[in-house]
Amino acid sequence: MPILALDNVSKKFGALAVADRISFEVPQGQALGIIGPNGAGKSTLFNLVTGNLAVDAGSIAFAGQDVTRLRAMRRCAMGIGRTFQIPQPFGKLTVFENLLVAAAFGANEQEADATERCAAILEETGLARQANRVAGSLSLLERKRLELARALATDPKLLLLDEIAGGLTEGECGQLVETIRAIHARGVTVIWIEHVLHALTPVVDRLLVLHFGRVIGIGDPREMMESEAVREIYLGIEI
Amino acid sequence: MVDRTAFWKAETRTRASSLFLGAALVLVAVAIAAPAFVGRGALRDLFFILTMLVLAQSWNLLAGYAGLVSVGQQAFVGFGAYAMFAAVSLWGVDPISAIVLAGVAAGLLALPTGFFVFRLQGAYFAIGTWVVAEVVRLSLAQWKALGGGTGTSLPAGATRDFAPVAWIQGLFGVRPAHAVDILTYWLALALAVAAIAFIYRFLLTRQGLGLAAIRDNELAAGALGVDARRLKWAVYVATAFITGLTGALIYVQTARISPDAAFSVVDWTAYVIFIVVIGGIGTIEGPIVGVILFFLLQNGLSQYGSWYLLVLGLIAILVMLFAPRGLWGLFADRTGIQLFPVRRTLRQAGPKPQTSDSRGGPHG
Repeated sequence: MPILALDNVSKKFGALAVADRISFEVPQGQALGIIGPNGAGKSTLFNLVTGNLAVDAGSIAFAGQDVTRLRAMRRCAMGIGRTFQIPQPFGKLTVFENLLVAAAFGANEQEADATERCAAILEETGLARQANRVAGSLSLLERKRLELARALATDPKLLLLDEIAGGLTEGECGQLVETIRAIHARGVTVIWIEHVLHALTPVVDRLLVLHFGRVIGIGDPREMMESEAVREIYLGIEI
Repeated sequence: MVDRTAFWKAETRTRASSLFLGAALVLVAVAIAAPAFVGRGALRDLFFILTMLVLAQSWNLLAGYAGLVSVGQQAFVGFGAYAMFAAVSLWGVDPISAIVLAGVAAGLLALPTGFFVFRLQGAYFAIGTWVVAEVVRLSLAQWKALGGGTGTSLPAGATRDFAPVAWIQGLFGVRPAHAVDILTYWLALALAVAAIAFIYRFLLTRQGLGLAAIRDNELAAGALGVDARRLKWAVYVATAFITGLTGALIYVQTARISPDAAFSVVDWTAYVIFIVVIGGIGTIEGPIVGVILFFLLQNGLSQYGSWYLLVLGLIAILVMLFAPRGLWGLFADRTGIQLFPVRRTLRQAGPKPQTSDSRGGPHG
């Protein structure tokens, strides 16, 4: 049974189809990369999967259960964790408290039990020294790490990463990729939207290419990158 | 067996807060004994301060934490007051039971009004709450048994013949009217202490943390499993209950009600917002500082007529410009002192276990 299955999912903003009959499945434990030019509907696809946006048509199943009509908070509690492309920290709470919210609500843990796990996640994501700092005062890299740490604190079965490596330096990007690799190695299914292709391709098992809200290909990352259609879409972008 | 002793813990208490707790207990003990050594005038002033403090704490929870900026809290003050009047005057209920009933009635009123106002957001929510308050005022102004548009008084003896009042008379050797003032003062003190304790305890719970997350970023809170809709409803109903109790208590003391006074947007909402804004929104300390300043301003400027309102407005503008987090916020930013700390600080409680790879900690 796939952990995530989309069947003919469609969404329109006015006359613009941002998701056009999208169907694909993600087996448990796989890492799927999603690429596509700006405006292809990648983040919209995440919003539809997490419930931040409602679908116009089609259905979404998570771990065999239809979640199409469930609210975002319910889907999170079931095990769908996400990061946002533009970091959305709880600015007046500390880094630790940001994680505590995710653990208490997303993973339904008591605060006392969650403390240990949150501390471990902070160490893993390189935020241990910032634990008691107010999230509003973090740098871009730290905010990106917080997005990841907070998603992990919900104890996800499926982790959706939205351009987590964007805007980072080469070195920062490398550290982040190592962390994501370790998370995936623990058996967490990962779906990762990314423009930084050299970060994405070594980690993912399959690659999905999205263009104008439509899936134009899904398969082995190397084959996808070499396909005619992808080269055409990414013309001018270094692969 | 593996030693699972936690080596990380979350702390909220600070040195200042522990000292303050001790001082606050002494202050409350002194306040309970106050009727023995202060006169009726001072008791009435303290009653005013305490009831405004409860209204301010309640509005602060609603607007400062849940982000629900209501300008219609007078709906619950007035409704609570009218419910108490009905219970005492029409159904012969004793005043204290009537106050509790009034709180419940105000909480129940929040269910249908919430149904309408929760469809609105931001400024529209604010306007919606005001409209609701006007609808409730106009409806109760039709209640002829309680004086219609001109209002009515509590029946003579409704409070004076009440057993606790007789007991207070005996205890302090005072006249019945003075004994009523002592009783209402004690009730206001109990209500203020209970409201602050309840709000503080709530903010320290899991739900309180969720509320802070919603305040900071509702989109992210939802994506992390926080049920924003349910929490906002809970806060809206709880603050309606507290506000209704306070409204009923205020009108037990004044013993006379009219729709215009009981549903006054200036008295029960504008002044309350002033108190919270100048003291510091989103903190428990803020409304305490704000209500003291408000009382001092009101007394100091009472002989200057409408200049008083102009000065209040000017102070509110100045505070918003130069200390947007209020006077307490300004003080707390400089000193780091928090009397009611809600921040969970992560501390190492014991030595780290020796592992070959320390990155993941005990769960890694």
